[in-house]
Amino acid sequence: MSFLTETLAWLVDPANWVGAGGIPTRLAQHLLFTLVTLLVAALIAVPTGFLIGHTGRGRGLAVALSGAFRAIPTLGLLTLVALWVGIGLNAPYVALTVLAIPPILAGAYTGFEAIDRKIIDAARAVGMSEAQIVLKVELPLGLPLLIGGLRSATLQVVATATLAAYIANFGLGRYLFEGLRIRDYGEMLGGSILVILLAIVLEGVFALVQKLVVPRGVTAGLPIDIRDGSSRSRPVMESTIEEGNSHVHSE
Amino acid sequence: MFTANRGRLTLIGVVAVGAVVALAGCASGDPLAEPSSSAGGSTIVVGSQAYYSNEIIAEIYSQALEAGGFTVDRQFQIGQREVYLPDIEAGKIDVFPEYTGSLLQALDKAAVGGTSDATYAELQTALPDDLRVLDQADASDQNSWTVTADFASKYDLTDIASLTNVTEPITVGGNSELETRPYGPTALKDKYGISIAGFVPVEDSGGPLTVKALVDGDIQLANIYTADPNIKTNNLVALSDPDGLFFPDNVVPVVSQKIDDSAAAILNKVSAALTADTLVDLNAQSKNDQLSADKIATAWLTKAKLI
Repeated sequence: MSFLTETLAWLVDPANWVGAGGIPTRLAQHLLFTLVTLLVAALIAVPTGFLIGHTGRGRGLAVALSGAFRAIPTLGLLTLVALWVGIGLNAPYVALTVLAIPPILAGAYTGFEAIDRKIIDAARAVGMSEAQIVLKVELPLGLPLLIGGLRSATLQVVATATLAAYIANFGLGRYLFEGLRIRDYGEMLGGSILVILLAIVLEGVFALVQKLVVPRGVTAGLPIDIRDGSSRSRPVMESTIEEGNSHVHSE
Repeated sequence: MFTANRGRLTLIGVVAVGAVVALAGCASGDPLAEPSSSAGGSTIVVGSQAYYSNEIIAEIYSQALEAGGFTVDRQFQIGQREVYLPDIEAGKIDVFPEYTGSLLQALDKAAVGGTSDATYAELQTALPDDLRVLDQADASDQNSWTVTADFASKYDLTDIASLTNVTEPITVGGNSELETRPYGPTALKDKYGISIAGFVPVEDSGGPLTVKALVDGDIQLANIYTADPNIKTNNLVALSDPDGLFFPDNVVPVVSQKIDDSAAAILNKVSAALTADTLVDLNAQSKNDQLSADKIATAWLTKAKLI
């Protein structure tokens, strides 16, 4: 188990906690990189996903494209982009954004699709405009799945952002590359543990955000009760469908 | 929500257990244990670095040995020297293409180097008792401090020491390990008083990304191997090294006890035919013509009448 003791020794060594190559700096770089990537990916994927989910058009194309995006090896894409734009952070940003788009896009449009069409029809029937339907009905009801998509994108990006260090003096990936190259496995494992911890913290933040942001009564995309403060149990969507189906059958 | 939370806790638990198992595996496992178990037979294990040019040479050794009636087990692309050296020392690999100076510096931090013959002689004494090097080839593939031709003419650069002429900040690029190598940025500062503004890792061993960074001006100084055809095609200049900052790196096979006289004779014949121009040409076939190592090896061995 000598690697584990080496790792611990590396993690607690005060020399590794100061300076430009120190753990706090690298952690901050890694976190910032992850957040910027997610923001850019979300700016592209969320409106697109909403459009697809709301209109129901282009779904096949989105599924095919995001499937293809998922299959792109990130290191290969990064190298390819870097050969075009040069070293530095631009290529990692592009490669990681491509990695983050599919889960967010899927979260955005499946969130809209999971909503019972009757609710949309009802909203339209009471005179809501399309914009109101999107913002006041579909967005809150689709939030749990959208946040789920963001969570899964965050997890992938925070882990894969280590690749930024392939062509830049940046982020926690430096510990992995350097440790691997000079056979300092304590440093390598220490760096990996920091990435894992960061991922777990971000996961926790998302769990909290999900609790705070999603309207009470909306869980896992299923509307239970949209009204605030109701303590009465209401039929959930699943049972509504069953009712509807049995109703059809009984006819 | 409860089930979701419990699911997440279980997941974290599973991941933690998995991590511990994986770490335990790292501590005791040995990725090269498999090939060494066949040590009883007459199979010769040939290894190579994770470096395309080294793999070509390893493939040439392998095919020459096979043509001589030996059975070869290829264990190519085994990382950098820090990774594979312990396995060579443990006798798990029988033939490994190496570079005299770099290997010497890895074995003996206090090595003095000098001419290529002196380095070769020093390497023979530095090697552990059950390892030996066969004849060294004329071909060498050594580290160099390389700049663009424009940069060199702008500051009138000829050798490494002349880098003190440069008035703009110099950023160095290369693999992570370059930062701690005995000829790295620190040596440039201490030995020549060259001020280095920073180090940018470009982890492709002087490959296309490093060349691109150099040509773009993202870095001014890069470690590119002298047998790299990119030096010619991209108009780069490898600064000369009169003080022997870099040790001469002639190609040489490091072999275990298992290599008998007949196998050694085959490898010596290969080394005798491997000239400096040959190596650049073989590398160019891989880099420019995208040929695979085994095709390049077969073509060259056939042409040199070695198989």
